[in-house]
Amino acid sequence: MFGPLMINTWIAATAVAVIAGVTGFFAVLRGSTFAAHAIPNGAFAGAAGASLLGLNPFAGLAVFSLAGALGIAGLSRRARPDVATALTFVMMLGLGALFVSWSTGYAQEAYSLLFGEVFGVSADQVLPILVLGGVSVALIGVMFRPLMFSSALPEVAAARGVRARRMELAFLLVMALATSMTVPVVGALLMFSLMIGPAAAARSVTARPGLAMTLSVAIALLTVWIGIALSYRTDWPLGFFVGVIGAASYLSGRAYRAAIARSARG
Amino acid sequence: MNVLRHIVEPGFFASGPVHIALAVGTVIAITSAVTGVFTVTRGQSFAGHSLADISTTGGSAAFLIGVNQFWGYLAFGAGAAAFMEMIGVQRRRGRDVATGVVLGAALGLAALFLYLGTQYSSTTGASFTILFGSIFVITPSTVPALIVSALLALATVVALARVLLLTSLSPDIAAARGVPVRAVGAAFLMALAVSVALSAVIIGAVLSTALLIGPAATALRVTKGPVRAAAVAAGIGVAATWLGILLAYDSYYWPPAGRGWPVSFFVVTLIVGGYLVSYLRRPAARAEPVPDPEHACSVL
Repeated sequence: MFGPLMINTWIAATAVAVIAGVTGFFAVLRGSTFAAHAIPNGAFAGAAGASLLGLNPFAGLAVFSLAGALGIAGLSRRARPDVATALTFVMMLGLGALFVSWSTGYAQEAYSLLFGEVFGVSADQVLPILVLGGVSVALIGVMFRPLMFSSALPEVAAARGVRARRMELAFLLVMALATSMTVPVVGALLMFSLMIGPAAAARSVTARPGLAMTLSVAIALLTVWIGIALSYRTDWPLGFFVGVIGAASYLSGRAYRAAIARSARG
Repeated sequence: MNVLRHIVEPGFFASGPVHIALAVGTVIAITSAVTGVFTVTRGQSFAGHSLADISTTGGSAAFLIGVNQFWGYLAFGAGAAAFMEMIGVQRRRGRDVATGVVLGAALGLAALFLYLGTQYSSTTGASFTILFGSIFVITPSTVPALIVSALLALATVVALARVLLLTSLSPDIAAARGVPVRAVGAAFLMALAVSVALSAVIIGAVLSTALLIGPAATALRVTKGPVRAAAVAAGIGVAATWLGILLAYDSYYWPPAGRGWPVSFFVVTLIVGGYLVSYLRRPAARAEPVPDPEHACSVL
């Protein structure tokens, strides 16, 4: 399980878990769960388009995830965010359906983009993941205070001069950046589960931002590591384990909080 | 007549699959549009989309055990709706997180079912049919079941319309008036699950979101009052579905592949295009019109 063939998988998955834990924390805090679902899944259509043109799927993913972030932020200016997200997402997937119908024999490749191909990570894939992942985490670090402020207390932040729209756009762009590099490795569906489950669990346990974010990263790491080990043993898809462990940790987080509340009441 | 021939490829009106597609498409477009008006008003677009995605899990489970996919969609959609309601927090933000967690778990299951499915039957196209669907391959024997469940979902939403509006716009007033807010929410989520599972059969689970949200969001932009919005949304949904089917039929000889372009692409493009037109037309000051409770109730 820890042989030379698997070492890239472990490194890549660890990097992905750290990024998912950090971005997911803000996604849950800001209530951008739908965007966290739409950007990775919609971006997969870009990979389909890129492979049609004979380009690197990375380019397609990057273009589509950035376009998706811009589309969501742009439409949200005058519409409800959930409607804006839904329509942007649906348009990207519609294009994806078209690209897939044009190309022949793409189904298997698309399946791996949706559900991930974590055991096929090659050495030259690891470096871009680490670099882009470092950039995303650094960007979140730079934006941490205003982002935290505008997420937790939007009105106060606006009064203090934090531009809510600009923060939203910046956050969505970071999410897009993180997405374009993680999707080829772990798949669009898994990236979403990994962003939401651990962060939601961490949030339900503690309200302190620093602690919650650390906890979110820790749970994401555990989820991925346990998932890879189980997936390696059983040969079942990693996405299954990550989705189920994520949901389980959220439910146990809620149960823990309910227990605390009950004992506090006496 | 000659002009018409250029617009409509010969054989369009004589083709059996096209007849079924048009009939089923119309029923589902109307159900989705009416349900969609409430979905958009209640801010439950994510739940609507998630239920569609989750029903793909049901589709792949049905594929695995060899049952008609329709029943899989329905069973998983309804189950997920119940589960979301159970763990869902009342606040909008908490609700989105609960929806996301249920969705994540369901997608994981879908990955497993698809994996096991391809292990046994090696049908690579299966995952694609489930996600993107095809209106031209509806089995005629499922049509009555499709139409009956669509009408049931529609009837539920229409019967609940008044209380739904009240609970959506002001849950506190509704609760004070003795409306069982949670039960109404659960009943709506069930109807939503059924109508979404249906459109998942036509244009695929993922893209059924388009028929649910697009027409309703457009209608709420250009009209006032829920009844008119529902009527306009149904009109837009039906028009987009018919035009999409026509274009997909016509596209059979179009480049590059010569296999026809997908219906879902045309329907989505038409719906999003319509929304953008209504979006750009409106002055910036006027946001999505949400009717005030009194007005909404007096209209109904």
